[in-house]
Amino acid sequence: MTMTSIAQLIIGTTDLAAALLFLYGLKRMSSPVTAPSGIFVAGLGMLVAVLAGFLYVFDVGAAAKPHLMVNVGLGVVALIIGGGPAWWAGRKVAMTAMPQMVAIYNGMGGGAAGAIAAVELFGGKASGTTQLVATLLGALIGAISLSGSLIAWAKLQGVIKKPPRVRGQQYFNILVLLGTLAVAGYLVYVTQGTSSQLLPTPQLIYLFFGCALIYGILMTLPIGGADMPVVISIYNAATGLAVGLEGFVLGNPALMIAGMVVGAAGTLLTLLMAQAMNRSVANVLFTNFGGTPKHKAGHIKGSMKPTAAADAGIAMRYAKSVIVVPGYGLAAAQGQQKLYEFVKLLLAADVSVKFAIHPVAGRMPGQMDVLLAEAGVPYDLIFQLDDINGEFKTTDVTLVIGANDVVNPAARTDKSSPIFGMPILNADQAKQVYVVKRGQGKGYADIVNALFYADNCNMVYGDAAAVMAMMIEAVRGLGAKAAA
Amino acid sequence: MDFSIQITGLVALYIFMLAAFAGWVIIGHVPAILHTPLMSGSNFVHGIVVVGGMYALLNASTMQEQTIGFFAVLLGAGNAAGGYAVTDRMLAMFQTSGHKPAKHNHAKGSRPKAV
Repeated sequence: MTMTSIAQLIIGTTDLAAALLFLYGLKRMSSPVTAPSGIFVAGLGMLVAVLAGFLYVFDVGAAAKPHLMVNVGLGVVALIIGGGPAWWAGRKVAMTAMPQMVAIYNGMGGGAAGAIAAVELFGGKASGTTQLVATLLGALIGAISLSGSLIAWAKLQGVIKKPPRVRGQQYFNILVLLGTLAVAGYLVYVTQGTSSQLLPTPQLIYLFFGCALIYGILMTLPIGGADMPVVISIYNAATGLAVGLEGFVLGNPALMIAGMVVGAAGTLLTLLMAQAMNRSVANVLFTNFGGTPKHKAGHIKGSMKPTAAADAGIAMRYAKSVIVVPGYGLAAAQGQQKLYEFVKLLLAADVSVKFAIHPVAGRMPGQMDVLLAEAGVPYDLIFQLDDINGEFKTTDVTLVIGANDVVNPAARTDKSSPIFGMPILNADQAKQVYVVKRGQGKGYADIVNALFYADNCNMVYGDAAAVMAMMIEAVRGLGAKAAA
Repeated sequence: MDFSIQITGLVALYIFMLAAFAGWVIIGHVPAILHTPLMSGSNFVHGIVVVGGMYALLNASTMQEQTIGFFAVLLGAGNAAGGYAVTDRMLAMFQTSGHKPAKHNHAKGSRPKAV
């Protein structure tokens, strides 16, 4: 056997093993018990695939042979300066900033797929129409995913505050997309061997990538910040698809399988997320949510009744059952630790405490679960919407902390509300509701919340962490008095 | 013997179909509590694109191909390394009330990884 076929054999088998490890790893991630080992299994697959990737040195084309040493050096440098800082950032980033971090990594993946396509296109390596179409399609999706993810990052990070919207924007976007597709079509056409071209091929390729990147930006800009989780999920699936397509072009089944698994998984995840918000994916992408006419406050009867944190805390200490509904506001105030400290006091006093999580609490589906887990809350205290929604009726107190739109009863009753039909947590059905909130403002989706005006609801104004500290102090004070 | 892999259009469709089905089935069973780590985990998995980047870079024969290939590897490595780091960190946080919460164990117990 030649060195080349040995290398091919090793690469082929390690890539096969990598694909298996990815699938098995994702499978293990489907339960909280096995999940940590799941990512380790998948990581192992990545490690062996990357190491085996260096064996490509025995399998390069004649044209690349003279450059081999330089290319290997470049590869090592790229791995270090690409992987090192990303690894460091992933270790250091605050859990609240996780969605934008995932957006960045996802954009990098899309960019990598686009870059691979660019090498193939500039080198004229794609042979045949099928390969060329796959390359261009992967490049288009990868480029959109790159620029779109960067815009998603900018929105979540607060760099872009208001979604810029102009009349006719959607039509303009469609034109840009059609233009990009036209350039791609023309690229396929000219490689069939026509005598005269409008532009030389390299310029066409630049134009194609330019248009695709611009489309990614234009498509993401008008989407509101509250919808970014869905957008990131879509781009995650898109990057997977792009990677799969480039895997086909390179003849690498590991890329094809991993990419397509993520493409399908990401699509399902996106649908689940959109379903939780009772909106279609098309609705998220193409209607400017938050631009709808504001709900008139005149519809709502009653007033917001403030109460002291200490009183609310003591009331919960003497309740039989409490359900906590945490939202992003809690995390923004870094109040999770304090909240869990308070919950532990309640548990010690034989109060039944459960956490109710809305599917879109936080800025990414399930982000709230992670933030609570970070604070040490055991996951058997955490319940999802469908499992707990029937229990509010028989519960003494609901503590809504930093959540807003996900407990707005207008979603059940008020047809004119923009969130009408969205499944919500029935927090209002408890005997007493306490809402911890920074001020009288509206939620992320900018809608008035009818719950705050309900008779059984009291508002506790203040920073979530500070309010929890006051509640802890009040309940501890009770214990001290009883002991004295 | 020849171990080079040739994939024609139709075989590619079979692979894509089965992989898509596998992804759909696996994710369909994931509880909502794990959706964020899962999104991050699947984000890590498509970091395998770094291997494609290495192939493109090692086969580069012009300055232009080398430059673009360099960025393909760089971006892919970032996707893989960052995706692993955040997913691992998140998953390490999930505890039942039966266990003592092992907070911040990721700081000292981080697994070494070459990427």
